[in-house]
Amino acid sequence: MTGDATKTLPLEDLHQAAGAKFGAFAGWSMPLTYPAGVMKEHQHTREHVGLFDISHMKLFAVSGAGAAALLNRACPIDAEALEVSQSKLTFFLNDEAGILDDLIVTRLGADRFMVVANAGNAIADEAHLKALARDFDARVEPLDRVFLAIQGPEAEAVLAKAGVDGSSLTFMHGFEPRPNWFMSRSGYTGEDGFEIGLPEADARALLGQLLADERAMWIGLAARDSLRLEAGLCLHGNDISPDTDPASGALMWAVPKEIRSSGTFIGADALRAIVEKGAARKRVGLKPEGRQPVRGGAALFDADGNPAGTVTSGGFGPSAGHPVAMGYVSTPLAKAGTKLFADVRGTRVPVEVSALPFTPHRYRKG
Amino acid sequence: MAKTYFTEDHEWLSVDGNVATVGITDYAQEQLGDLVFVDLPEVGRKLAKGDTAVVVESVKAASDVYAPLDGEITEVNGALSGDPALVNSAAATDGWLWKMKLADEGQLAGLLDEAGYKAHIG
Repeated sequence: MTGDATKTLPLEDLHQAAGAKFGAFAGWSMPLTYPAGVMKEHQHTREHVGLFDISHMKLFAVSGAGAAALLNRACPIDAEALEVSQSKLTFFLNDEAGILDDLIVTRLGADRFMVVANAGNAIADEAHLKALARDFDARVEPLDRVFLAIQGPEAEAVLAKAGVDGSSLTFMHGFEPRPNWFMSRSGYTGEDGFEIGLPEADARALLGQLLADERAMWIGLAARDSLRLEAGLCLHGNDISPDTDPASGALMWAVPKEIRSSGTFIGADALRAIVEKGAARKRVGLKPEGRQPVRGGAALFDADGNPAGTVTSGGFGPSAGHPVAMGYVSTPLAKAGTKLFADVRGTRVPVEVSALPFTPHRYRKG
Repeated sequence: MAKTYFTEDHEWLSVDGNVATVGITDYAQEQLGDLVFVDLPEVGRKLAKGDTAVVVESVKAASDVYAPLDGEITEVNGALSGDPALVNSAAATDGWLWKMKLADEGQLAGLLDEAGYKAHIG
Protein backbone atom coordinates (compact mmCIF):
# COMPACT_ATOMS: atom_id res chain seq x y z
CA MET A 1 0.00 0.00 0.00
CA THR A 2 1.29 3.42 -0.87
CA GLY A 3 -0.75 5.51 1.54
CA ASP A 4 -3.35 6.42 -1.05
CA ALA A 5 -6.80 7.28 0.24
CA THR A 6 -8.95 4.29 1.08
CA LYS A 7 -10.91 3.17 -1.95
CA THR A 8 -14.65 2.61 -1.79
CA LEU A 9 -16.60 -0.11 -3.57
CA PRO A 10 -18.77 0.97 -6.52
CA LEU A 11 -21.76 -0.59 -4.73
CA GLU A 12 -21.04 0.99 -1.35
CA ASP A 13 -24.51 2.54 -1.25
CA LEU A 14 -26.08 -0.92 -1.38
CA HIS A 15 -23.96 -2.10 1.55
CA GLN A 16 -24.83 1.01 3.53
CA ALA A 17 -28.50 0.44 2.84
CA ALA A 18 -28.06 -3.16 4.07
CA GLY A 19 -26.65 -1.86 7.36
CA ALA A 20 -23.05 -2.99 6.86
CA LYS A 21 -20.27 -2.18 9.28
CA PHE A 22 -17.20 -1.18 7.31
CA GLY A 23 -13.52 -1.66 7.92
CA ALA A 24 -10.27 -1.21 6.02
CA PHE A 25 -8.80 -4.15 4.13
CA ALA A 26 -6.02 -4.02 1.53
CA GLY A 27 -6.60 -0.30 0.96
CA TRP A 28 -10.37 -0.66 0.56
CA SER A 29 -13.29 0.22 2.79
CA MET A 30 -15.04 -3.14 2.92
CA PRO A 31 -18.25 -4.41 4.52
CA LEU A 32 -17.07 -6.50 7.51
CA THR A 33 -20.44 -7.61 8.82
CA TYR A 34 -24.12 -6.95 8.25
CA PRO A 35 -26.78 -6.82 10.98
CA ALA A 36 -27.15 -10.63 10.98
CA GLY A 37 -23.60 -10.94 12.35
CA VAL A 38 -20.65 -13.10 11.39
CA MET A 39 -22.00 -16.37 12.86
CA LYS A 40 -25.34 -16.21 11.02
CA GLU A 41 -23.67 -14.97 7.84
CA HIS A 42 -21.22 -17.86 7.92
CA GLN A 43 -23.90 -20.50 8.53
CA HIS A 44 -26.22 -18.98 5.94
CA THR A 45 -23.51 -19.37 3.29
CA ARG A 46 -22.99 -23.04 4.19
CA GLU A 47 -26.75 -23.71 4.20
CA HIS A 48 -28.15 -21.41 1.52
CA VAL A 49 -26.46 -18.63 -0.47
CA GLY A 50 -24.07 -15.87 0.52
CA LEU A 51 -23.49 -12.80 -1.67
CA PHE A 52 -20.03 -11.26 -1.38
CA ASP A 53 -18.92 -8.00 -2.98
CA ILE A 54 -15.33 -8.78 -3.94
CA SER A 55 -14.89 -5.82 -6.26
CA HIS A 56 -11.67 -5.02 -4.42
CA MET A 57 -10.14 -7.91 -6.35
CA LYS A 58 -8.86 -7.25 -9.85
CA LEU A 59 -9.59 -8.88 -13.19
CA PHE A 60 -6.99 -8.76 -15.94
CA ALA A 61 -7.62 -9.81 -19.53
CA VAL A 62 -4.45 -11.24 -21.08
CA SER A 63 -4.62 -11.66 -24.83
CA GLY A 64 -2.53 -12.08 -27.95
CA ALA A 65 -0.63 -14.77 -29.79
CA GLY A 66 1.95 -14.77 -26.99
CA ALA A 67 -0.54 -14.74 -24.10
CA ALA A 68 0.02 -18.38 -23.11
CA ALA A 69 3.79 -17.97 -23.36
CA LEU A 70 3.62 -14.85 -21.15
CA LEU A 71 1.65 -16.74 -18.48
CA ASN A 72 4.08 -19.67 -18.68
CA ARG A 73 6.87 -17.20 -17.91
CA ALA A 74 4.98 -15.36 -15.16
CA CYS A 75 3.45 -18.39 -13.42
CA PRO A 76 4.29 -22.03 -12.69
CA ILE A 77 1.56 -23.10 -15.09
CA ASP A 78 1.15 -24.82 -18.45
CA ALA A 79 -1.19 -22.33 -20.06
CA GLU A 80 -1.08 -24.11 -23.44
CA ALA A 81 -2.43 -27.25 -21.79
CA LEU A 82 -5.50 -25.51 -20.34
CA GLU A 83 -8.68 -26.30 -22.20
CA VAL A 84 -10.92 -23.39 -23.12
CA SER A 85 -13.02 -22.57 -19.98
CA GLN A 86 -10.62 -24.35 -17.62
CA SER A 87 -9.38 -22.42 -14.53
CA LYS A 88 -6.23 -23.04 -12.50
CA LEU A 89 -4.91 -21.70 -9.22
CA THR A 90 -1.41 -20.39 -9.80
CA PHE A 91 1.07 -17.82 -8.51
CA PHE A 92 3.43 -15.03 -9.34
CA LEU A 93 6.75 -16.08 -7.83
CA ASN A 94 9.90 -14.08 -7.26
CA ASP A 95 13.37 -15.40 -8.16
CA GLU A 96 13.54 -17.20 -4.81
CA ALA A 97 10.16 -18.89 -5.52
CA GLY A 98 8.53 -16.63 -2.90
CA ILE A 99 4.82 -16.13 -3.55
CA LEU A 100 4.13 -12.55 -4.75
CA ASP A 101 0.45 -13.36 -5.21
CA ASP A 102 -1.91 -16.23 -5.80
CA LEU A 103 -4.15 -15.99 -8.85
CA ILE A 104 -6.84 -17.81 -10.75
CA VAL A 105 -6.15 -18.08 -14.49
CA THR A 106 -8.98 -19.10 -16.83
CA ARG A 107 -8.59 -19.82 -20.53
CA LEU A 108 -11.31 -18.01 -22.47
CA GLY A 109 -10.12 -18.77 -26.01
CA ALA A 110 -7.11 -19.76 -28.09
CA ASP A 111 -5.29 -16.50 -27.28
CA ARG A 112 -7.29 -15.10 -24.37
CA PHE A 113 -7.06 -15.62 -20.64
CA MET A 114 -8.64 -14.06 -17.56
CA VAL A 115 -6.45 -13.51 -14.50
CA VAL A 116 -8.01 -12.77 -11.08
CA ALA A 117 -5.66 -11.16 -8.55
CA ASN A 118 -5.88 -10.23 -4.88
CA ALA A 119 -6.78 -6.67 -3.91
CA GLY A 120 -3.66 -5.93 -1.90
CA ASN A 121 -1.36 -7.01 -4.72
CA ALA A 122 -3.34 -5.78 -7.72
CA ILE A 123 -1.20 -2.71 -8.47
CA ALA A 124 2.07 -4.62 -8.15
CA ASP A 125 0.64 -7.53 -10.16
CA GLU A 126 -0.35 -5.23 -13.00
CA ALA A 127 3.10 -3.64 -13.16
CA HIS A 128 4.79 -7.04 -12.95
CA LEU A 129 2.70 -8.62 -15.70
CA LYS A 130 2.91 -5.58 -17.98
CA ALA A 131 6.70 -5.47 -17.61
CA LEU A 132 6.96 -9.16 -18.53
CA ALA A 133 4.53 -8.67 -21.45
CA ARG A 134 7.04 -6.46 -23.28
CA ASP A 135 8.92 -9.63 -24.25
CA PHE A 136 5.81 -11.30 -25.63
CA ASP A 137 3.13 -10.65 -28.21
CA ALA A 138 0.58 -10.12 -25.46
CA ARG A 139 -1.65 -7.43 -23.99
CA VAL A 140 -2.53 -7.02 -20.30
CA GLU A 141 -5.74 -5.12 -19.72
CA PRO A 142 -7.08 -4.38 -16.23
CA LEU A 143 -10.88 -4.50 -16.35
CA ASP A 144 -13.27 -2.11 -14.64
CA ARG A 145 -15.81 -4.51 -13.19
CA VAL A 146 -17.98 -5.14 -10.20
CA PHE A 147 -17.01 -8.58 -8.92
CA LEU A 148 -19.51 -10.68 -6.97
CA ALA A 149 -19.22 -14.08 -5.36
CA ILE A 150 -22.42 -16.12 -5.04
CA GLN A 151 -21.56 -19.01 -2.72
CA GLY A 152 -23.45 -21.86 -1.15
CA PRO A 153 -25.41 -25.01 -1.97
CA GLU A 154 -28.31 -23.08 -3.54
CA ALA A 155 -26.11 -20.74 -5.62
CA GLU A 156 -26.92 -22.34 -8.97
CA ALA A 157 -30.67 -22.29 -8.24
CA VAL A 158 -30.69 -18.68 -7.04
CA LEU A 159 -28.77 -17.53 -10.10
CA ALA A 160 -31.05 -19.53 -12.40
CA LYS A 161 -34.08 -17.81 -10.91
CA ALA A 162 -32.37 -14.48 -11.64
CA GLY A 163 -31.90 -15.57 -15.24
CA VAL A 164 -28.22 -16.52 -15.07
CA ASP A 165 -27.54 -20.10 -16.11
CA GLY A 166 -24.39 -21.55 -14.59
CA SER A 167 -25.45 -25.18 -14.85
CA SER A 168 -23.01 -25.94 -17.68
CA LEU A 169 -20.01 -25.02 -15.55
CA THR A 170 -18.21 -27.45 -13.27
CA PHE A 171 -15.81 -26.45 -10.49
CA MET A 172 -12.81 -24.42 -11.72
CA HIS A 173 -14.31 -23.57 -15.11
CA GLY A 174 -15.35 -20.18 -16.40
CA PHE A 175 -16.82 -18.44 -19.42
CA GLU A 176 -18.29 -15.18 -20.70
CA PRO A 177 -22.05 -15.63 -20.60
CA ARG A 178 -22.81 -12.05 -21.71
CA PRO A 179 -20.80 -9.16 -23.17
CA ASN A 180 -18.26 -7.92 -20.59
CA TRP A 181 -19.27 -10.63 -18.10
CA PHE A 182 -16.89 -13.23 -16.74
CA MET A 183 -18.37 -16.05 -14.69
CA SER A 184 -16.59 -18.96 -13.09
CA ARG A 185 -17.61 -21.78 -10.80
CA SER A 186 -15.18 -21.20 -7.98
CA GLY A 187 -14.91 -19.34 -4.72
CA TYR A 188 -13.28 -18.91 -1.36
CA THR A 189 -15.68 -20.66 0.99
CA GLY A 190 -15.32 -24.39 0.30
CA GLU A 191 -18.90 -24.41 -1.00
CA ASP A 192 -20.23 -24.74 -4.51
CA GLY A 193 -20.61 -21.30 -6.00
CA PHE A 194 -19.78 -18.75 -8.63
CA GLU A 195 -17.78 -15.57 -9.11
CA ILE A 196 -19.09 -13.07 -11.62
CA GLY A 197 -17.29 -9.99 -12.93
CA LEU A 198 -19.67 -7.63 -14.70
CA PRO A 199 -20.33 -3.95 -15.45
CA GLU A 200 -21.77 -1.94 -12.57
CA ALA A 201 -25.18 -1.35 -14.16
CA ASP A 202 -25.58 -5.07 -14.86
CA ALA A 203 -24.49 -5.85 -11.31
CA ARG A 204 -27.13 -3.55 -9.83
CA ALA A 205 -29.83 -5.16 -11.97
CA LEU A 206 -28.69 -8.68 -11.05
CA LEU A 207 -28.46 -7.85 -7.34
CA GLY A 208 -31.98 -6.44 -7.41
CA GLN A 209 -33.13 -9.96 -8.24
CA LEU A 210 -30.69 -11.87 -6.05
CA LEU A 211 -31.47 -9.82 -2.95
CA ALA A 212 -35.19 -10.33 -3.49
CA ASP A 213 -34.59 -14.07 -3.12
CA GLU A 214 -34.84 -15.02 0.55
CA ARG A 215 -32.24 -17.78 0.05
CA ALA A 216 -29.57 -15.12 -0.60
CA MET A 217 -28.09 -12.48 1.72
CA TRP A 218 -25.04 -10.22 1.87
CA ILE A 219 -22.02 -11.66 3.65
CA GLY A 220 -19.18 -9.53 5.01
CA LEU A 221 -15.44 -9.94 5.07
CA ALA A 222 -15.44 -11.38 8.62
CA ALA A 223 -17.46 -14.43 7.54
CA ARG A 224 -15.52 -14.63 4.29
CA ASP A 225 -12.43 -15.11 6.45
CA SER A 226 -13.95 -17.75 8.75
CA LEU A 227 -15.38 -19.62 5.73
CA ARG A 228 -12.07 -19.73 3.87
CA LEU A 229 -10.16 -20.68 7.00
CA GLU A 230 -12.44 -23.64 7.68
CA ALA A 231 -12.00 -24.58 4.02
CA GLY A 232 -8.21 -24.52 4.47
CA LEU A 233 -7.76 -21.82 1.82
CA CYS A 234 -4.80 -19.44 2.04
CA LEU A 235 -5.00 -15.69 2.57
CA HIS A 236 -2.09 -14.01 0.81
CA GLY A 237 -0.15 -11.88 3.26
CA ASN A 238 -0.95 -14.32 6.10
CA ASP A 239 -0.65 -17.94 4.99
CA ILE A 240 1.40 -17.37 1.87
CA SER A 241 3.69 -14.45 1.13
CA PRO A 242 6.97 -13.59 -0.60
CA ASP A 243 8.62 -15.39 2.36
CA THR A 244 6.90 -18.69 1.59
CA ASP A 245 7.01 -20.85 -1.53
CA PRO A 246 4.58 -23.35 -3.08
CA ALA A 247 6.45 -26.35 -1.60
CA SER A 248 6.42 -25.01 1.99
CA GLY A 249 2.86 -23.82 1.45
CA ALA A 250 1.70 -27.36 0.59
CA LEU A 251 0.52 -25.99 -2.75
CA MET A 252 2.60 -28.06 -5.18
CA TRP A 253 -0.64 -29.64 -6.39
CA ALA A 254 -1.12 -26.36 -8.28
CA VAL A 255 2.17 -26.81 -10.18
CA PRO A 256 1.78 -29.29 -13.07
CA LYS A 257 4.25 -32.21 -12.91
CA GLU A 258 5.69 -31.59 -16.42
CA ILE A 259 6.76 -28.04 -15.67
CA ARG A 260 8.33 -28.83 -12.27
CA SER A 261 11.33 -30.19 -14.19
CA SER A 262 11.13 -28.36 -17.53
CA GLY A 263 9.28 -25.09 -16.79
CA THR A 264 11.01 -21.75 -17.36
CA PHE A 265 8.75 -19.68 -15.11
CA ILE A 266 10.26 -17.07 -12.80
CA GLY A 267 11.46 -18.85 -9.66
CA ALA A 268 11.70 -22.26 -11.40
CA ASP A 269 15.32 -22.93 -10.39
CA ALA A 270 14.72 -21.91 -6.79
CA LEU A 271 11.54 -23.98 -6.56
CA ARG A 272 13.36 -27.03 -8.00
CA ALA A 273 16.14 -26.61 -5.42
CA ILE A 274 13.59 -26.38 -2.57
CA VAL A 275 11.70 -29.46 -3.78
CA GLU A 276 14.94 -31.43 -4.25
CA LYS A 277 16.21 -30.58 -0.78
CA GLY A 278 12.76 -30.86 0.82
CA ALA A 279 11.01 -27.84 2.34
CA ALA A 280 12.23 -27.13 5.88
CA ARG A 281 8.74 -26.19 7.02
CA LYS A 282 5.21 -26.92 5.89
CA ARG A 283 1.83 -25.25 6.07
CA VAL A 284 -0.57 -27.30 8.17
CA GLY A 285 -3.98 -27.08 9.78
CA LEU A 286 -3.97 -26.51 13.54
CA LYS A 287 -6.84 -27.43 15.84
CA PRO A 288 -6.63 -25.71 19.23
CA GLU A 289 -7.87 -27.73 22.18
CA GLY A 290 -10.82 -26.17 24.01
CA ARG A 291 -12.63 -22.99 23.02
CA GLN A 292 -9.90 -20.35 23.04
CA PRO A 293 -9.01 -19.13 19.53
CA VAL A 294 -5.34 -19.04 18.55
CA ARG A 295 -4.63 -16.12 16.21
CA GLY A 296 -2.16 -15.40 13.43
CA GLY A 297 1.26 -14.47 14.80
CA ALA A 298 1.17 -16.85 17.78
CA ALA A 299 4.41 -18.79 18.25
CA LEU A 300 4.29 -22.61 18.28
CA PHE A 301 6.36 -24.91 20.49
CA ASP A 302 6.83 -28.65 20.66
CA ALA A 303 6.21 -30.72 23.78
CA ASP A 304 9.76 -29.95 25.02
CA GLY A 305 9.29 -26.21 24.64
CA ASN A 306 11.44 -25.87 21.50
CA PRO A 307 10.26 -23.43 18.82
CA ALA A 308 8.19 -25.36 16.28
CA GLY A 309 6.71 -22.71 14.00
CA THR A 310 4.17 -19.90 13.76
CA VAL A 311 0.41 -19.55 13.36
CA THR A 312 -0.46 -17.56 10.23
CA SER A 313 -4.29 -17.43 10.47
CA GLY A 314 -6.59 -18.37 13.27
CA GLY A 315 -10.07 -17.78 14.55
CA PHE A 316 -13.26 -19.58 15.39
CA GLY A 317 -14.92 -21.96 12.92
CA PRO A 318 -18.69 -21.49 13.25
CA SER A 319 -19.41 -24.67 11.23
CA ALA A 320 -16.56 -26.66 12.74
CA GLY A 321 -17.80 -25.58 16.18
CA HIS A 322 -14.29 -25.07 17.51
CA PRO A 323 -11.32 -22.76 16.96
CA VAL A 324 -9.45 -23.33 13.70
CA ALA A 325 -6.01 -22.18 12.60
CA MET A 326 -3.29 -22.60 10.01
CA GLY A 327 0.42 -22.14 10.28
CA TYR A 328 3.90 -23.30 9.42
CA VAL A 329 5.76 -25.97 11.37
CA SER A 330 9.11 -27.69 10.89
CA THR A 331 8.56 -30.50 8.38
CA PRO A 332 9.15 -33.35 10.90
CA LEU A 333 6.25 -31.94 12.96
CA ALA A 334 3.87 -31.56 10.00
CA LYS A 335 2.18 -34.94 10.43
CA ALA A 336 -1.51 -34.84 11.37
CA GLY A 337 -1.95 -35.66 15.04
CA THR A 338 1.29 -34.02 16.20
CA LYS A 339 0.71 -32.23 19.52
CA LEU A 340 2.08 -28.71 19.77
CA PHE A 341 1.51 -25.66 21.93
CA ALA A 342 0.64 -22.11 20.88
CA ASP A 343 1.60 -19.13 22.99
CA VAL A 344 -1.51 -17.03 23.64
CA ARG A 345 -0.79 -14.04 25.91
CA GLY A 346 1.75 -16.10 27.85
CA THR A 347 -0.40 -19.23 28.20
CA ARG A 348 0.52 -22.40 26.29
CA VAL A 349 -2.63 -23.56 24.49
CA PRO A 350 -2.43 -27.18 23.24
CA VAL A 351 -2.98 -27.46 19.48
CA GLU A 352 -2.98 -30.50 17.22
CA VAL A 353 -1.69 -30.61 13.66
CA SER A 354 -4.83 -31.34 11.67
CA ALA A 355 -5.70 -32.26 8.10
CA LEU A 356 -7.20 -29.47 6.01
CA PRO A 357 -9.95 -28.58 5.31
CA PHE A 358 -11.76 -28.43 8.66
CA THR A 359 -15.12 -28.56 6.86
CA PRO A 360 -15.39 -30.75 3.74
CA HIS A 361 -15.32 -29.00 0.38
CA ARG A 362 -18.60 -29.28 -1.47
CA TYR A 363 -17.53 -28.29 -4.95
CA ARG A 364 -19.53 -29.29 -8.06
CA LYS A 365 -16.94 -31.34 -9.86
CA GLY A 366 -19.30 -32.60 -12.56
CA MET B 1 -29.31 0.02 45.98
CA ALA B 2 -26.72 -0.44 43.26
CA LYS B 3 -25.63 2.53 41.23
CA THR B 4 -24.47 2.21 37.61
CA TYR B 5 -21.44 3.94 36.16
CA PHE B 6 -19.82 3.84 32.70
CA THR B 7 -16.33 4.29 31.25
CA GLU B 8 -15.20 5.81 27.98
CA ASP B 9 -13.86 2.31 27.16
CA HIS B 10 -17.46 1.05 26.95
CA GLU B 11 -17.69 -0.75 30.26
CA TRP B 12 -20.48 -0.55 32.80
CA LEU B 13 -20.09 -0.93 36.56
CA SER B 14 -22.90 -1.73 38.92
CA VAL B 15 -21.63 -0.68 42.33
CA ASP B 16 -23.15 -2.01 45.55
CA GLY B 17 -21.24 -0.96 48.66
CA ASN B 18 -17.59 -1.41 47.76
CA VAL B 19 -18.15 -4.21 45.22
CA ALA B 20 -18.51 -3.46 41.50
CA THR B 21 -19.93 -5.85 38.92
CA VAL B 22 -18.28 -5.05 35.57
CA GLY B 23 -19.40 -5.76 32.02
CA ILE B 24 -19.21 -4.24 28.56
CA THR B 25 -21.97 -2.10 27.16
CA ASP B 26 -24.45 -3.16 24.52
CA TYR B 27 -22.77 -0.69 22.17
CA ALA B 28 -19.42 -2.44 22.76
CA GLN B 29 -20.76 -5.96 22.16
CA GLU B 30 -22.35 -4.76 18.95
CA GLN B 31 -19.02 -3.37 17.76
CA LEU B 32 -17.20 -6.60 18.65
CA GLY B 33 -19.68 -8.94 16.99
CA ASP B 34 -20.36 -12.55 17.96
CA LEU B 35 -18.15 -13.57 20.87
CA VAL B 36 -16.76 -17.10 20.93
CA PHE B 37 -14.51 -17.03 23.99
CA VAL B 38 -14.04 -14.96 27.13
CA ASP B 39 -10.65 -15.27 28.83
CA LEU B 40 -11.57 -14.71 32.49
CA PRO B 41 -9.08 -13.77 35.20
CA GLU B 42 -8.30 -15.60 38.45
CA VAL B 43 -10.33 -14.70 41.51
CA GLY B 44 -8.06 -12.83 43.93
CA ARG B 45 -6.10 -11.07 41.21
CA LYS B 46 -5.29 -7.46 42.08
CA LEU B 47 -5.90 -4.97 39.31
CA ALA B 48 -4.75 -1.42 38.83
CA LYS B 49 -6.94 0.89 36.78
CA GLY B 50 -6.08 0.32 33.10
CA ASP B 51 -4.79 -3.27 33.50
CA THR B 52 -6.18 -5.83 31.09
CA ALA B 53 -8.72 -7.73 33.18
CA VAL B 54 -10.46 -9.85 30.54
CA VAL B 55 -9.90 -10.67 26.88
CA VAL B 56 -13.03 -11.14 24.80
CA GLU B 57 -12.61 -13.01 21.54
CA SER B 58 -14.90 -12.61 18.56
CA VAL B 59 -14.75 -14.87 15.51
CA LYS B 60 -12.17 -12.56 14.02
CA ALA B 61 -10.25 -10.78 16.78
CA ALA B 62 -9.28 -10.58 20.44
CA SER B 63 -10.03 -7.40 22.41
CA ASP B 64 -8.90 -6.33 25.86
CA VAL B 65 -11.31 -5.22 28.57
CA TYR B 66 -9.54 -2.96 31.07
CA ALA B 67 -9.95 -2.63 34.80
CA PRO B 68 -11.96 0.58 35.21
CA LEU B 69 -10.67 1.13 38.76
CA ASP B 70 -8.17 -0.31 41.24
CA GLY B 71 -9.33 -3.39 43.12
CA GLU B 72 -9.33 -7.13 43.59
CA ILE B 73 -11.35 -9.70 41.66
CA THR B 74 -13.85 -11.47 43.89
CA GLU B 75 -15.87 -13.43 41.33
CA VAL B 76 -15.96 -14.14 37.59
CA ASN B 77 -18.98 -15.06 35.46
CA GLY B 78 -18.43 -18.78 34.98
CA ALA B 79 -21.50 -19.05 32.71
CA LEU B 80 -19.46 -17.37 29.97
CA SER B 81 -17.16 -20.41 29.67
CA GLY B 82 -20.02 -22.42 28.23
CA ASP B 83 -21.90 -19.56 26.59
CA PRO B 84 -19.71 -16.58 25.67
CA ALA B 85 -22.54 -15.25 23.48
CA LEU B 86 -24.33 -14.19 26.68
CA VAL B 87 -22.23 -11.05 26.38
CA ASN B 88 -23.90 -10.38 23.04
CA SER B 89 -27.44 -11.26 24.07
CA ALA B 90 -27.40 -9.75 27.56
CA ALA B 91 -24.43 -7.41 27.83
CA ALA B 92 -25.90 -5.36 30.69
CA THR B 93 -27.24 -8.27 32.75
CA ASP B 94 -26.36 -12.00 32.49
CA GLY B 95 -23.32 -11.21 30.35
CA TRP B 96 -21.41 -9.53 33.21
CA LEU B 97 -17.68 -10.33 33.28
CA TRP B 98 -16.29 -10.01 36.81
CA LYS B 99 -16.90 -8.57 40.27
CA MET B 100 -14.24 -6.60 42.06
CA LYS B 101 -13.74 -5.17 45.53
CA LEU B 102 -12.83 -1.54 45.01
CA ALA B 103 -9.60 -0.28 46.57
CA ASP B 104 -10.72 3.35 46.53
CA GLU B 105 -14.36 4.24 46.13
CA GLY B 106 -13.27 7.81 45.56
CA GLN B 107 -12.21 6.77 42.03
CA LEU B 108 -15.89 6.36 41.12
CA ALA B 109 -16.12 10.12 40.82
CA GLY B 110 -14.04 9.94 37.63
CA LEU B 111 -16.56 7.72 35.81
CA LEU B 112 -19.48 8.64 33.59
CA ASP B 113 -23.16 8.37 34.38
CA GLU B 114 -25.59 7.01 31.83
CA ALA B 115 -26.26 10.43 30.27
CA GLY B 116 -22.53 11.08 30.05
CA TYR B 117 -21.92 7.71 28.37
CA LYS B 118 -24.74 8.26 25.88
CA ALA B 119 -23.20 11.58 24.96
CA HIS B 120 -19.81 9.85 24.62
CA ILE B 121 -21.04 7.29 22.05
CA GLY B 122 -23.07 9.96 20.29
